Amino acid sequence: MKRFFDAELETFRSHLILMGERSMDQVRSSLKALVEGDISLADQVIAADDVIDRLEIEIDDEAIRYMNLRAPIATELRLVIVGMKASHDLERVGDEATNIARRAVRLAGEPQLKPYVDIPRMADIALEMLRDALDCFLNGDARKAVAVVQRDAEVDAINKQLYRELTSFMVERPETISRALELMFISKSIERIADHATNIAEEMVFLFQAKDIRHSEEFKKPGTTVS
Amino acid sequence: MVTSAFTTTAPMDTPPAASSTPTTRAPLVPAARPPAAGGTRTIIDIENLDFYYGQKQALFDINLKLDDKRVTAFIGPSGCGKSTLLRCFNRMNDLIDDTSIKRGSIKINGIDISRHDVDPIELRKRIGMVFQKSNPFPKSIYENITYGLRIQGIKSKARLDEVVEKSLRGAALWDEVKDRLYESGLSLSGGQQQRLCIARAIAVEPEIILMDEPCSALDPIATAKVEELIHELKNRYTIIIVTHSMQQAARCSDKTAFFYMGKLIEYADTRTIFMNPANSQTEAYVSGRFG
Repeated sequence: MKRFFDAELETFRSHLILMGERSMDQVRSSLKALVEGDISLADQVIAADDVIDRLEIEIDDEAIRYMNLRAPIATELRLVIVGMKASHDLERVGDEATNIARRAVRLAGEPQLKPYVDIPRMADIALEMLRDALDCFLNGDARKAVAVVQRDAEVDAINKQLYRELTSFMVERPETISRALELMFISKSIERIADHATNIAEEMVFLFQAKDIRHSEEFKKPGTTVS
Repeated sequence: MVTSAFTTTAPMDTPPAASSTPTTRAPLVPAARPPAAGGTRTIIDIENLDFYYGQKQALFDINLKLDDKRVTAFIGPSGCGKSTLLRCFNRMNDLIDDTSIKRGSIKINGIDISRHDVDPIELRKRIGMVFQKSNPFPKSIYENITYGLRIQGIKSKARLDEVVEKSLRGAALWDEVKDRLYESGLSLSGGQQQRLCIARAIAVEPEIILMDEPCSALDPIATAKVEELIHELKNRYTIIIVTHSMQQAARCSDKTAFFYMGKLIEYADTRTIFMNPANSQTEAYVSGRFG
């Protein structure tokens, strides 16, 4: 039976989806700004972060209002709780995109330290994770969410590899220290984006299966899934 | 449209004109004033109201302004005076011996309803009421709806048919009963009977509908239907609902008034009452710590 406040939940869901799309756009644009040295694009990313921040506040407000006035239970309760947590993760994704954009502006004025190969590859994986986690929200596929959790290790591995590589640069050529540090931080930002995608994926498992898989080594093993 | 004593054009707060016959009562309430820009209009204005059952005071210095075309919930533990206040609005308390308003006033559209020249029957035509226990007349569904109109002298079959359909649609009951309009109202389920009573109330096109725990005897689905109905009706009517269900007050109402021991403790937007009440007693009540 449809209820007069069902539309409020639909608005809540659509705001969350919109926030997910905006966050992914921000990450894509920040990487493009880095790779192409596009300061103008980087500035746009920095300016657009405000939109994501406002969406987070709006989603929180809608969630609090719904919990306060509609007394949600079961799936609805999980949706509202998960929505609030996911919006916080997405807001942090937006912040990391802004960090990358700021560093892209600084790096644009200097010679490229090395061809950007690993960072875009790492970003592609993080973006795929984010997209898959948000797809889970749309189609309710908890198995896909577990697969997202398992991919986090790939991003962690590239981050560590970049860390080692950039450390070598700094040791061998001290004049590269500032650029290498910027790239290290960018790598760390992407690694954090993957972490947020992982969080969202875990939240989706809770949403659709009422199962808490956070901090569970079992679900991090490749091939493991939820029933 | 039923001619309404609430929709005459007499100026606000003026005494009624002298009647040509002693038995004819003056118009009850003048035309509704438009709401202030960007705001809502007060339809019921209660000032310094003290109400007594015999020597026992039941309401203490109530001051409250209720908005037109909004849902207001009255909440509070049993015996706090919320139903007593509700029944003051259509002077139902007149039917109980030895009750009195010893101080203060209740104005509806600016007219003090306690005035000697206000006809309580006329008042009750304009203020519908739905009770805790559904009370359809032991008559057909059709007759339940048309009862008020027949009393008003409306006999046209076409007109009555039109009102029956409109009222039953308004009460979200038409599809369920359209093929059995001449069966007894008592043959309906509890939830349907309650919606029939709402349809009966809106058939005479009141301005205000009072609901005294309308869902307390209903199952969750029937309750949800009545709540859905309240949401739809609020565009056309002012609704005041007494409820013991905090969830119902939160879901259905725009504003909430909390009463305790005959006093109005807090009145605010429902969201504020349930999110950040100003009074610690309100908070304790809405969070289930007393009452």
